[in-house]
Amino acid sequence: MAKFKLKINSKIFEVDVDPSTPVLWVLRDHINLVGTKYGCGVGSCGACTIHLNGRSLRSCQLPVSAVGVQEITTIEGLSENGEHPVQKAWIEQDVAQCGYCQTGQIMTAAALLKTKPNPTDEEIDSYMSGNICRCGTYTRIRTAIKSAAKSTTK
Amino acid sequence: MEKSNNTQSRRSFLKVTSITGGGMMIGFSWLANLIPNAAIAATAATKDWIELTGFIKIFPDNRIVILSPNPEFGQNVMTSLPMMIAEELEVDWTKITVEQGDYDTPRFKRQFTGGSQAMRMAWKPLRTAGATARTMLIQAAANEWNIPVAELTASNGFVIHKASNKSASYGALATAASKLTTPEKINLKKNGEFSLIGTPQKNVEGSKVVTGKSLFTMDYKHEGMLIAMAIHPTAFGMKLKSFDATEALKMPGIKDVFEIQVYKDGYVKAGFDTRTFNNLVVVVGNTTWEVMNARKKVNIQWEVFQPYKEFAGAGNNKREDTIPAGLESSDEHLKQMYEKQKVPGKILRKDGEPEAAFAKAKKIIEKTYSAPFLAHNTMEPISCFAHITDEKALFVAPIQIPEMMKQSITANLGITADKIDMKLARMGGGFGRRAYGHYIVEAGLISQKMKAPIKLIYTREDDMTNGVYRPSYMVTYKAALDEKNNVTAIHIKGGGIPENAIHENRFPAGAFENYLAEGWDIPSNITIGAFRAPRSNFIASAEQSFLDELAEAIGKDPIDYRIELLKKAKANPVGKNNEYDADRYIGVLELVKEKSNWGNPKNKNAKRGVAAYFCHNSYAAHVLELSMKDGQPVVGNIVSALDCGVVVNPEGAKNMIEGAIVDGIGNVLYGGLRFEKGVPMQKNFNQYRMIRMKEAPKKIDIHFVQNNIDPTGLGEPPFPPIFAAFANALYKATGKRHYHQPFINDLNKG
Repeated sequence: MAKFKLKINSKIFEVDVDPSTPVLWVLRDHINLVGTKYGCGVGSCGACTIHLNGRSLRSCQLPVSAVGVQEITTIEGLSENGEHPVQKAWIEQDVAQCGYCQTGQIMTAAALLKTKPNPTDEEIDSYMSGNICRCGTYTRIRTAIKSAAKSTTK
Repeated sequence: MEKSNNTQSRRSFLKVTSITGGGMMIGFSWLANLIPNAAIAATAATKDWIELTGFIKIFPDNRIVILSPNPEFGQNVMTSLPMMIAEELEVDWTKITVEQGDYDTPRFKRQFTGGSQAMRMAWKPLRTAGATARTMLIQAAANEWNIPVAELTASNGFVIHKASNKSASYGALATAASKLTTPEKINLKKNGEFSLIGTPQKNVEGSKVVTGKSLFTMDYKHEGMLIAMAIHPTAFGMKLKSFDATEALKMPGIKDVFEIQVYKDGYVKAGFDTRTFNNLVVVVGNTTWEVMNARKKVNIQWEVFQPYKEFAGAGNNKREDTIPAGLESSDEHLKQMYEKQKVPGKILRKDGEPEAAFAKAKKIIEKTYSAPFLAHNTMEPISCFAHITDEKALFVAPIQIPEMMKQSITANLGITADKIDMKLARMGGGFGRRAYGHYIVEAGLISQKMKAPIKLIYTREDDMTNGVYRPSYMVTYKAALDEKNNVTAIHIKGGGIPENAIHENRFPAGAFENYLAEGWDIPSNITIGAFRAPRSNFIASAEQSFLDELAEAIGKDPIDYRIELLKKAKANPVGKNNEYDADRYIGVLELVKEKSNWGNPKNKNAKRGVAAYFCHNSYAAHVLELSMKDGQPVVGNIVSALDCGVVVNPEGAKNMIEGAIVDGIGNVLYGGLRFEKGVPMQKNFNQYRMIRMKEAPKKIDIHFVQNNIDPTGLGEPPFPPIFAAFANALYKATGKRHYHQPFINDLNKG
């Protein structure tokens, strides 16, 4: 066990865990931020996507010991009350079916729009293809990302 | 509430009570003839009436809460069911709060999600409940104002008297209304007169989803809760021999390692108690990561098992099943299925003289189709919370059919039904997998042993390799043609591991004078379960591909040929028990033909395929556009036509159809779970190929047949025909027919 000081959603948290513990489980089990989901544990589904210094990353593949002073953002910290343009677009397009993968999808989409405010369909497809949606909401996700892009670049 | 066969009086059907502190509460119980899906029919467990109880609560401050009785797994019933109540209640939908009902409290008796039945079963009872509350609220206002009921109207949560400009909120009237006698006569709006039903409404939990609120069992927390994982055999055909937990118990945070036996010896299984791996090694600890690490240190010996007997069913349907021994492989399965195709099967239906017609045939077209096992792969892996104490058995469970779990819970945990307190968590996908609630018993056993609240978590690998799969299937379609290229007979023969997918009374049965359907089954120790549109999801892929090939062989347009056959089946139906309504079938074909500009596509280079199917009481047809890029199929636009009767919430309905389309393309092209010596070869998403966004259709354009038929269900019907629409478009794009799913295997061979 070892103590780690983590900056998550602009707040400092201290945890005492095994250094190999993935950030996913630190968030879910120790800090009670359950919006970041477990889907595969091998970085293949994207349900656990967070931002590390603003860049999207699979938290199941990131040991807590590798975080250091880098800032973590989870779905709970993406916006105050769900007002991030991507979250709003998700509501507007009524994207979710079961909803389990959607926080990961939103975190990936928000990171995409940060680097590419106006992505093409191909760029969206390529960037989002690490995130699985078993319910098959892909066409709505695509539309929502375009709608969010429009609302931020107006 | 007493159960009876649809003969309850309105008085016992609805129960109106006052809420402490004022307000009213309407409880209602519904009885509807459940048309069971294949899985349920097979078990005979529910060839009874289904009864559901729910609530409307109206508070003095005019808050209105509607409890949604059915478990939610993404099919959006938590929005569409309450919409039915709100329609008749005459309230402002935007001001309603919807809550998920629990299981087995005095409020709820039975709940069921599956078989595309939710809308169908709820249609009259939920609207009646809403209308009853409205009627009583109006009566309460009439009494208070001394004005005849006929002069009053209800709108947006208020009772209004236009002439005198009087109005009162439901909240203000609720307490008085709750004291009235429940009315015997209720007027329901006719189909076509709705103001809320038929309008697109967004998922009531959408904002919770996008902000990452705790909604799922995986997210559930409880004071003192421990985390548990269960290790099952590495292969089907194996069982636990012994284990040594010495090293695991030394790992940090680990509380205990022990064995559980899920179902007791001699337990008579109900229909949804599917479980092969009955003895599991359980690791319990403080946190998920600690348990994940410790389970690797448990030294376990597995051994092959000998054939054994299981008991299942009830009453006249009580049976003894022999579970075969052996370590099965997919290559061996395929050989066995081809062997079965060579010998006579069980005759399921025979019209006319098919043998004679084939003997006389000028030409015979014969094609064999196959498909692998599929894993459900819900995004949220299996999980369940349990806290069993002397006072009660608290569960937080993701379960499609909570009622069916009662027997299993009480018998295997040794607790009485009145102790069960089960919260129904939003499910991270179901697709049939969460009808099989062995994990509830497992969680209960672990909590009993630990004397603590525990959350059982399956890893993705646990989830993917523990069974309850879509079966592997094979079928051969054969057509006899005479010298004029008329089809004189059809022969369908097929089976599966461990069950066949033949629906002998479905189209094209009824359209051919000479028709033969045969089936066979191969027993297996690999467990199977309902998977979105069970059996239909395979047989439609074969049937609709074959009809496409047949139409081409006789020089007819594939849509026109289907319509021609359906018209024939309608005018002169061959045989009895034809299950489909030819007019509604033709309806979706004509609609998809029109909306896709079938004969004259906008994109002249587009290669398109069509397919249609009827299952679970509704009709679906798709036209799919496809092109090839670097040897891989790229799906373009899709046009779909659906007839599911009245569409309650078009927004949710379209979302679900889009999902079914994406799901179907993913499975026909990539889906498959292979076995080698009993071991599932795909264990996680880096090995099991799931459809991803870059492979999803560019656009999906959905059209509903407009009619006033009561809702007939939608979760499953659009799924089966997309497989064949894809196959038929792939043929157009490549010039090669594909018969063996997943098609990616053949495509990659070149």
